[in-house]
Amino acid sequence: MLTSARIESLRKFWKSFKFAFYCATHPLDGYWDLTHEKRGTYAAANAILLLTILSRILKLQFTSFVIDPIYYPDINIFLYIASIVFPLALWVVGNWALTTLFDGKGRLGQVYMATCYCMLPYPLIQIPLIFLSNVVTTEERQFYDVLSVVSLVWVLLWIVLAMGQIHEYSVGKNFVFTIGSLFAMLIIVFILLLFFSMISQGIAYFISVGKELAYRLS
Amino acid sequence: MKNISAKRLIKRISAFAASMVILLGSSLVANAEAKYTYSYDYWGDVQDSPDAYEVIGVFDCQDLGLPELVEKLLSNVEEPVEEEGEAEEEAEAEEEAAEEEAEAEAEEEASSEEGGASGEGEASEGGEATEGETTVKKNQKADLHSPNISNTSNAITVVGNYIYICDTGNNRIIKVERVGREQFKAVDIIYKINGDVKDNTFDNPTDLQVDEDGNIYVADNGNGRVLKMDSNWNYLMEFGKPDDSTLEEKMDFAPNKIAVDTAGRIYCVADNMNKGLLKYEADGQFSGFVGATPVVYKFWDYIQKRFATQAQREKLVSFVPTEYSNLYMDHDGFIYACSCNLKEEDLKSKSAQAVRRLNLMGNDILIRNGEFPPYGDIYMGNGGPSQIVDVTAFDNDSYVLMDKNRGRIFTYDDQGRLLFAFGGKGNEKGYFKDGAQFLSLDHMGYDLIVMDSSSLSLTVFTPTEYGSMIFQAMDQFDAGEYVQSGETWQKIMDLNGNYDLAYIGVGRALLRQEKYKEAMKYFELKYDDDNYSKAFKQYRKEWVEKHILAIFIVAFGVLIVPMIISKIGKIKYEIDTADIFKF
Repeated sequence: MLTSARIESLRKFWKSFKFAFYCATHPLDGYWDLTHEKRGTYAAANAILLLTILSRILKLQFTSFVIDPIYYPDINIFLYIASIVFPLALWVVGNWALTTLFDGKGRLGQVYMATCYCMLPYPLIQIPLIFLSNVVTTEERQFYDVLSVVSLVWVLLWIVLAMGQIHEYSVGKNFVFTIGSLFAMLIIVFILLLFFSMISQGIAYFISVGKELAYRLS
Repeated sequence: MKNISAKRLIKRISAFAASMVILLGSSLVANAEAKYTYSYDYWGDVQDSPDAYEVIGVFDCQDLGLPELVEKLLSNVEEPVEEEGEAEEEAEAEEEAAEEEAEAEAEEEASSEEGGASGEGEASEGGEATEGETTVKKNQKADLHSPNISNTSNAITVVGNYIYICDTGNNRIIKVERVGREQFKAVDIIYKINGDVKDNTFDNPTDLQVDEDGNIYVADNGNGRVLKMDSNWNYLMEFGKPDDSTLEEKMDFAPNKIAVDTAGRIYCVADNMNKGLLKYEADGQFSGFVGATPVVYKFWDYIQKRFATQAQREKLVSFVPTEYSNLYMDHDGFIYACSCNLKEEDLKSKSAQAVRRLNLMGNDILIRNGEFPPYGDIYMGNGGPSQIVDVTAFDNDSYVLMDKNRGRIFTYDDQGRLLFAFGGKGNEKGYFKDGAQFLSLDHMGYDLIVMDSSSLSLTVFTPTEYGSMIFQAMDQFDAGEYVQSGETWQKIMDLNGNYDLAYIGVGRALLRQEKYKEAMKYFELKYDDDNYSKAFKQYRKEWVEKHILAIFIVAFGVLIVPMIISKIGKIKYEIDTADIFKF
């Protein structure tokens, strides 16, 4: 049942969700308020992330083959979803791990929230583009391509701007730490690969020891 | 208790299901053998296809009646004896060699039934004979009266009902007539030409062409000339080494493949010349090189070369155009030129072309609208790319490539889309022997004739019902019979439901009949975005014209109505807050 507390929390969610639209047009002002005025919520951030993933899946399913022919046997929907979530997680952890050492004011959760808020333009443009893709010919696909690029550039640029506001960095410092975060991501990937290969070799060692024992004792 | 038995049942069922899956799966794998004929779909997956060509027969020297013809010619005419004398004269220093030759000949006559085996024997003994002696100009292996075709023979040319085989290793040309659909008979052997000429015999003739007037052109490789003769083999003129300052003086001129256009101009591929095709005017004047392949090099190679020392630089491969391997002049006077020995990455990056269609200026005008450029097999494995050694073109501008590497024949339509590919290496009918030095291809109507220089035989292919329907559907479309073309493609689709071109063919026929919506459906099924766009453009135009009123109403509703509503709201607000209503 809709208790008054529930209605209140829904209203808060809706307000914080609507704030993402404000951020999309007023990045500097918006992302400052997001954390400092506590106008963003994790619920809204998660909702935007879900919306982005959903728009990716819709795009996969409903974009015209003229724009994007898809070889369905090669599609793994979980890998497809991971292609958004994994880089996002890497970015959030990498950025936080670096900036926290160089007096960045943002916390891990705030980096996540701000990055999710930045992704709003993607579903905002891509979902209408799905409709557009079905009414264009090959000669007119430039319209589609331009808008598609705009959505990506918008998101990426906004992420950089948002990080500057969250960590209270100057423009130059922000730029340096954006590059630094990318390297941090690479290092994390490297360590993960190392970790997994070590673990799998360790497990393989114990399995072979077990096999040997079973063979000797039987 | 009941619970346990239920669990057991589930286990049994699942075990049964698993075993069934394994069994079925293995049987499916066992059935998945490569078929003889195949094509590629949009994604480049191999799609098995019904056979488009079937073998009428494989005709070796016996079947062609070559031994009888040789005997007949020997008994009738005294001239060939003279020929033999001449050959001995030239090889006078090495009488042994001549003896060996004679031995080889005797052996062959004894075991003439085993065509391939004796041919090899001849080759090896001949090889021994020439080892010690390189100064002798004439081909020592040559045996003008061999009942076999030599295993270096590397060209066939179809003229009307006749097939000319350049028996390169035996310095002669064999003329074969197609007497019936499945009957081929050697009718003539040409050892020498008539007329006033310095050397009236051939030395390694590698190609023969016939122009519109019936004049015969022979690429006389060893003698370094291209001979022009009238239809009775009377010498008319010859085209020699071009007088061009860019050519090295020392280099021997060895024409290999030729093409002749309607004006009597000659285009020639010569050994060790990579500047393109040598073009001669009809009067014998050399007029330059045309159609050299663009030089392929990678940026990294260039950088490497910049920083290499002189010694290192010499070791690096130089950037030179690739030589053409063969030529074919089609009915429009354009030259199909193919090259083999191209690299896989160059073919895949489209920086090198396995086949080009050259106009008179030497520009490549081949249409490559297919999803993959015409270079034979897309999946090369460890064997490397298909080596296109011969090309021929039908009158409907589809063309056929012969791959030496895997012994396959690739047929493309005029848009450069693979119609079907078939063949392979093997000893069965319709396959080609492994290690064949030359595979030469020509066509007679829609029949394909392949000369396999390893099994020394002609393989003659004719279109099956399926194959001839494909050609028929294309011809009908070109003739403007769109309804019939669509019907034919539909029949092809019934035979091969995985054939992309059948769907696209039906779609194109529907498009011409202005049935856009249906055409779109066919194009969408096979991912033909260009044709889909053509159909969709028309469909969209029709749709807009039909619904123009509705579109206006919706636009009005979306744009104007909210404006009016907000205006009313504003007025209402002003009235509500107006001072005069405040009491």
